[in-house]
Amino acid sequence: MNSTKTIFEKSKPGHVAYSLPKIDVEAKSADEILPKHLLADSEVNLPELSEGEVVRHFTELSTKSHGVDSGFYPLGSCTMKYNAKINEDIAQIPNFANLHPHMPERASQGALELQYNLQQHLAEITGMDAITLQPVAGAHGELTGIMLIDAYHKNKGNNKKTILVPDSAHGTNPATASMVGYDVVQVSSNERGLVDIDSLKEALNDDVAALMLTNPNTLGLFEEDILEIAELVHEVGGLLYYDGANTNAIMGISRPGDMGFDVVHLNLHKTFGTPHGGGGPGSGPVGVKEELVEFMPTPTVIQKNGQFKLDYNRPKTIGKVHSFYGNFGVNLKAYSYILALGGEGLKQVSEDAVLNANYLMERLKKHFTLPFDRVCMHEFVLSGKDLKDYGVKTLDIAKGLLDYGYHPPTVYFPLIVEEALMVEPTETESKETLDNFADTMAELVETSKNNNEQVLTAPHTTVVGRLDEAGAARKPVVVHEE
Amino acid sequence: MNHRFIPKTYQERKEMLSEIGKSSIEELFSQIPQSLKMEKQLDIKGPMSELELTKHINTLASKNKIDDSTISFLGGGSYDHYIPSVIKHITSRSEFYTAYTPYQAEISQGVLQSIFEFQTMISRLTNMEVSNASMYDGATAAAEAMLMAKNKNKKGSVLISKAINPNYRKVLKTYASQLGIELEEIDFDSETGQTNIDGLESKLEGKIAGVVIQSPNYFGVIEEMEQIGEKLKDHKALFIAVVDPISLAVLKRPGDYHADIAVGEGQSLGIPQSYGGPYLGFFSTTQKLMRKMPGRVVGKTEDKDGNLGFVLTLQTREQHIRRDKATSNICSNQALCALAATVYMSTMGKQGLKEAATQSLQKAYYAKQKFTNIDGVTPLFTGPTFKEFALKLEKPEVIKELEKHNIYIGVSLENDYPELSSSIISAVTEKRTSEEIDETVKKWGEMA
Repeated sequence: MNSTKTIFEKSKPGHVAYSLPKIDVEAKSADEILPKHLLADSEVNLPELSEGEVVRHFTELSTKSHGVDSGFYPLGSCTMKYNAKINEDIAQIPNFANLHPHMPERASQGALELQYNLQQHLAEITGMDAITLQPVAGAHGELTGIMLIDAYHKNKGNNKKTILVPDSAHGTNPATASMVGYDVVQVSSNERGLVDIDSLKEALNDDVAALMLTNPNTLGLFEEDILEIAELVHEVGGLLYYDGANTNAIMGISRPGDMGFDVVHLNLHKTFGTPHGGGGPGSGPVGVKEELVEFMPTPTVIQKNGQFKLDYNRPKTIGKVHSFYGNFGVNLKAYSYILALGGEGLKQVSEDAVLNANYLMERLKKHFTLPFDRVCMHEFVLSGKDLKDYGVKTLDIAKGLLDYGYHPPTVYFPLIVEEALMVEPTETESKETLDNFADTMAELVETSKNNNEQVLTAPHTTVVGRLDEAGAARKPVVVHEE
Repeated sequence: MNHRFIPKTYQERKEMLSEIGKSSIEELFSQIPQSLKMEKQLDIKGPMSELELTKHINTLASKNKIDDSTISFLGGGSYDHYIPSVIKHITSRSEFYTAYTPYQAEISQGVLQSIFEFQTMISRLTNMEVSNASMYDGATAAAEAMLMAKNKNKKGSVLISKAINPNYRKVLKTYASQLGIELEEIDFDSETGQTNIDGLESKLEGKIAGVVIQSPNYFGVIEEMEQIGEKLKDHKALFIAVVDPISLAVLKRPGDYHADIAVGEGQSLGIPQSYGGPYLGFFSTTQKLMRKMPGRVVGKTEDKDGNLGFVLTLQTREQHIRRDKATSNICSNQALCALAATVYMSTMGKQGLKEAATQSLQKAYYAKQKFTNIDGVTPLFTGPTFKEFALKLEKPEVIKELEKHNIYIGVSLENDYPELSSSIISAVTEKRTSEEIDETVKKWGEMA
């Protein structure tokens, strides 16, 4: 029995982990200050433990989690690179961590200058004219970006209703477009894994507000025809939207702004090495070309007479998308990451990310089907379909990897590859790590062929075995019942 | 180049290239048209050593004029509550912060269980039946609640109180105008500072999908949530309550007054102010509405040997399965902030949360009495307040004057409410001391 009791089960009435100074003002009781009917009738049933008990509980939980510091994490499209330790120290500097967002500009010049510098750096990296740091996640950036596109068209008096997404797109793309009220039309990929130009031409008409694309795409391939794609989309008055999930491949090498993209979002928690936090916080800045600047969310940080200011003066703004100015604490880490590498280092990052991916692809294609056998960028997609002959699926390979201390690649995405396994090693892994991983994958394939039971019942070494997800969804238990 | 983040030498690169049959790194980028390749290096200084970087960042940090002697009564959506030391130590464990979304449940049980515990604690705090695994912040949680009401009722209008946090109002407006929702505002009573709920029933006729009320509202005034709940109880329009989590240890909770959705900003629960982010949106609702709830949810289950375990569940509503039919496009959330809040609620516990709430109330009451004793300072509203209160100043210039003494007495209301000129809201948490309040009163009094 490896499960950890919940903290509610560990609770003992009367145990305390907190300390507060004694009240130092005249202590009127709540019902002397407030009308009784506003007050709660009962106490909030939070757990009661001592400090040591709390620490042991969460430390135990931490030992049941796998992070980048625990081992190789080649989760495709998520860019799980090493997170520099200095960034954690920087985020805790009291003058940043304790800074109230309503502090006047004159008292928060340091934070504003940092945000301003980061905007400049991200504009330089993407080739865009202006950046907003307000969106706090990639999908939030997408939402902001599509809102900007919508505002742009409406301002021109155009009532466009369609957004195109490739069949290989991230699921957030169609979800975002439809949230903003657009009809989503899918564009097919061709046999080379790229946007099919004929399919695109067929889908293009005056009703198209934008094409959402990532480049390199989700197969890890560069859209070679990007200039033609941009031209075609622009010809019908549409805009080109760049999903920044894959920017790790092209820093200092090629810029979306130069490829014809009009709106770009970035994932600072991917490309710029800020930790993913078990699912967040992230940060999803959006960059735009000149013609969209007037619609950007307020405020943005500007520099005027040597002072940094929050600029609210944008009459055509889409408005605010976050309470304050975005995830400052995450932006701080990304800024620190960018300077730690500099222009030269960022290019090296992309080169090594691409080198690692191609090297690993070369080694793994001997054991798995490689649907698009050509040079890849920072990630690549394998297919486990041949293992079906042995009764083994991609999911089984993923679970098998857990026994070797690896986080598996992304499975079953992109949707256009059967039994997909999407691998992204990132630049922070050594050749030795890649070799060991490739050896393990080869071993798993051998085991699948000779002793598939071992793989089908994996994982064996984790704290729990394969979990019943269908049952969890059928009868959801999402809170602890006493 | 060699760099501390990148484990490669020139020789190793060469070896790897030769193993894949390439003679240069450029060959790996041959698919990029030549015209799209950058000719110059990125114009970004660096690479910086750790020492240089630390120095540069510290220089920036020192340009923020705060220090140990700063006395702040700033609130308005971000609060200076006490953060137990334990939280930093737990969230600094790299198994937590360097992980991604727990897609592979078997090696993510710790993250998943902590989210399950977060969901439970938030549900208990709000007295609602279910909660999700977190949202971006309070404002976006409110916006998603509004969207959920629209989708549930298939109606296009939402009523919002004009007394909710103006930043939330702005975010709601942005989302509404893009998502095809019409917002109708309910004004507040200029005397009490409470939302005008007379005639609320008549406003509900027709196309209203939901009603958004914040309590305590932006002016710090506690709304008559029970009365509103009664009016909305048998109505299809969803009652969306925006609440301060700390206040819920003292005040009635959303479940007590029949709210359908309770959302709010979780920053007060152990998360640093960090100039506005990362923060934590929480979102809870009823069992009946669970499948319409946006965001991720963790559920309990078993493995084949009957061991208990946790998984991401109800994913059929999510973008990676439903794509353009998804409930919301939310993907990553604020998991590490949710962990911080979970550790906070565990550390403060039943008793500590109540004490933090009660002390905030008592100290705010004390400060409100003292501040309004100063000549030219009057309470703006008569309604009951929790930890924040609005003041009308005869001499608004004292705000800047006091800043020179490193005292920040509050957030100005004028920008967001032009009708409330020369007014501020002041926030007092359990962290403020009588000494700080008295010193502020002394300095302020000298200027009055």
